[in-house]
Amino acid sequence: MAEEYGRKWDRCLADTGVKTVTGLGVGFLISVLFFKKRTWPVAFSSGLGLGMGYANCQHDFRSPHLIHGRMIKDQ
Amino acid sequence: MLRACLRGAKATAPKNYGRSPLNGLQHSRHYTAGETSSAAKVVAAGLLTVSSGIGGTVLYAKWNHKFRSSVEKNVPYADWLLGITLGPAPQDSSSPIKKQMELVQPPSMMEKQVKVPKAKTEKKVKDTAESPSVVPPPTAQSIEETSQEASAEAGHIISAISEVQSVPAPCDTEAAAPPVDECKECHEGKDTPVAAEVHPETKAAVAAEPLKERPVEEVAAILAQQDQEEQDILASVSTTLEDSLGSSAKATLQAIGAQEAALQAVIRHTLKLKEAMEAEVPPQEKSAQWKDLEAALADRTSAVSDASAALLKANEALDGLKSEIDKSKALKVAATRPLVLAAEENLHKMVVDLDKVVTKVQAAESEAKIVSQYSELVNEAKLQFQREVTSLTPEIQANWKGLTGKLSPDDLNALIAHAHRRIDQLNRELAEQRVREQIHIDSALEQQKLEDQKALDKAVNIAVHHIKEEARLEQERKLSELREVMEAEMRTQLRRQAAAHTDHVQDVLKVQEQELRTEADQVLSSKLLEQETLHRQLSQEQLDNFTLDMNTAYARLKGMEEAIDSHVIAEDEARKAHQLWLSVEALNYTLKTAEGDAATKPLQSSAQAVRDSCADSDFALALASALPKESLERGVYSEASLRARFNSLRSVVRRVALIDESHNSLFQYFLSYVQAALLFEEKQEVPPAQLSPEDLDPFKLLSYASYCLEHGDLELAAKLVNQLRGEARRVAEDWLTEARLTLETRQVVSLLSAYANAMGLGTTQAS
Repeated sequence: MAEEYGRKWDRCLADTGVKTVTGLGVGFLISVLFFKKRTWPVAFSSGLGLGMGYANCQHDFRSPHLIHGRMIKDQ
Repeated sequence: MLRACLRGAKATAPKNYGRSPLNGLQHSRHYTAGETSSAAKVVAAGLLTVSSGIGGTVLYAKWNHKFRSSVEKNVPYADWLLGITLGPAPQDSSSPIKKQMELVQPPSMMEKQVKVPKAKTEKKVKDTAESPSVVPPPTAQSIEETSQEASAEAGHIISAISEVQSVPAPCDTEAAAPPVDECKECHEGKDTPVAAEVHPETKAAVAAEPLKERPVEEVAAILAQQDQEEQDILASVSTTLEDSLGSSAKATLQAIGAQEAALQAVIRHTLKLKEAMEAEVPPQEKSAQWKDLEAALADRTSAVSDASAALLKANEALDGLKSEIDKSKALKVAATRPLVLAAEENLHKMVVDLDKVVTKVQAAESEAKIVSQYSELVNEAKLQFQREVTSLTPEIQANWKGLTGKLSPDDLNALIAHAHRRIDQLNRELAEQRVREQIHIDSALEQQKLEDQKALDKAVNIAVHHIKEEARLEQERKLSELREVMEAEMRTQLRRQAAAHTDHVQDVLKVQEQELRTEADQVLSSKLLEQETLHRQLSQEQLDNFTLDMNTAYARLKGMEEAIDSHVIAEDEARKAHQLWLSVEALNYTLKTAEGDAATKPLQSSAQAVRDSCADSDFALALASALPKESLERGVYSEASLRARFNSLRSVVRRVALIDESHNSLFQYFLSYVQAALLFEEKQEVPPAQLSPEDLDPFKLLSYASYCLEHGDLELAAKLVNQLRGEARRVAEDWLTEARLTLETRQVVSLLSAYANAMGLGTTQAS
């Protein structure tokens, strides 16, 4: 279980980082494309991403009995 | 509520006080009267309310005791205050007053009821005490009895109503008893004179009661005696009767004969007289006739006298006979009755005959009387004529018939004149007579009638008497006949009864015989049964003894065989136990050691060995199968590995110590991480005997658990880890299950080893 805990943390952090960066990117794009290079979409979407990640992490920790499945491709 | 008000008042008082200066100041802006007066007013009002509250409480407490007690209970110093003001709480009279009232009711009722009959019985006692002194004994006795009954009844009622009283009853009986005794004495005193008569009778009766039935011989003797007496009496009576009968018969016959003779004489005499009167016979014959007549007269008189004498004698004899008959009748002996009857009949006959003869004689006498009267008349006439003739012719003699030649014509004329005169007289008399004929005839008839009547009455009386006698005799005869018939009937009935009696006696005898026979049979059979049972008992005893000996020998043999067998079995058991022990030891060793690369070792093989070695012991089998599957297949972690794992676990648990079951937010996680970084606890701490709530902190628990683990107490460590809650618990769950498994397996194994040890101990011998 301890490993599980560590694994959770790893997943969680990774997920949050990915989301934040993705948000950053998307925000950058949106700000460039639609909002005349304002700063706020970047912040907004990165925050969005961070928040999503945070929420996911929290949800993951709160419901520990949910198993995360992985798709195993047929080889 | 008052208290609440009180409190409120007390609470608000300071508030009011606190606020009131402001209000008072505000008010005082409008009213230039001093501030202090309003404050004082307020203070006074407050004090007034408080005191009024207290006073009201006190008053109400005085009135309502329940309220007082509740106040005393709830308000601390109220009892002191109330005690000072009202006096001590009326515990004895106030609170249980109601109860007492209820309690008092039934006892009072009972007392009332008791009192009423008590009064009744007292009155009765008085009555009973008075009555004997006032009223004379016999009536008092009845009163006594009734009063005694009544008082007994009252006593019964009293004792039924309440358990309390039986006092009136003995009082009653005591009071009633002496008067009753007195009365009894009085009564006895009165009755003694009366009883004196009764006493001998009763005594006699009492004495006679124990007399049993007289024996048959006595009865027979008495009966014989009676018969003898009867016979004697009968004989005597018969002899006397016969004698008297004979004498009376003789006398009667004599009398009858005499009477007949008299009759004859009388008849002769009358005939002769008639002849003498009427017949005109020559003088010689006349004188002869007269002589005959005289003789006949003398005969007659003598005969008559004889007859009367004989009659007297006969009457005497008959009277004697009658008296004899009466005497014999008075004896009342049955056998004499026919004799008596016969005697009576004879008597009657004799009397009848006598009477007949007497009547005949009387008739003849009456006739004779008439004739004699006629003759006397004639004689008188003759005499008168004679006198007349002599008066006329004094010189003529009486015998005038011989004077035919002697008489002169004067005499003759005188005689003829006299004769004429006489003839005239006689004619006249005749005419007179003719005239008076009828009267004379009537009077004569009357006389005759009277005489006839008299005679008739007499005859009728005699006839009636005779008929009565005859009827009586007839009745007696009939009675005697009836009696005979009755006697005969009774005899037949008695014979019948005797026959019935004999039959009955026969039946009874038969029945008795049966009964006796059955009894005898029963006795016989019982005796036989006894003998048989005795014999059987003895034989059974012998058999039992023999069987007992045999059994003991057999038992000993069996015992020996069993001992040998048990020895064999014991050795077998010992071997098995040894084997089991060995296998269990092997299991134990497997449990303890773990090979290098694999953390665990499957216990399957060793468990199998154990199971093989304990195939016959259910307990061991059960235990062996109680090993958890996981341990069999996968093996169990050793303690050392668990310890190592715990250390790594510990850090993780520390980091999530703050997270509870609700899985708080991520921020909480961050906080718990910070806490773990900042909080330092003892590595190992001695766990206390009892966990207090503050020991349930995860850090503390972890230190306790690590201490336990270091000291080899896996169980306690598991228990402590079990106390973790929330996320920490979830993290430690894995380790916990492993620890549990290990513990379980170890427990089973230890049980098995204990069992094996016990078996070994039980079966090993000091050989």
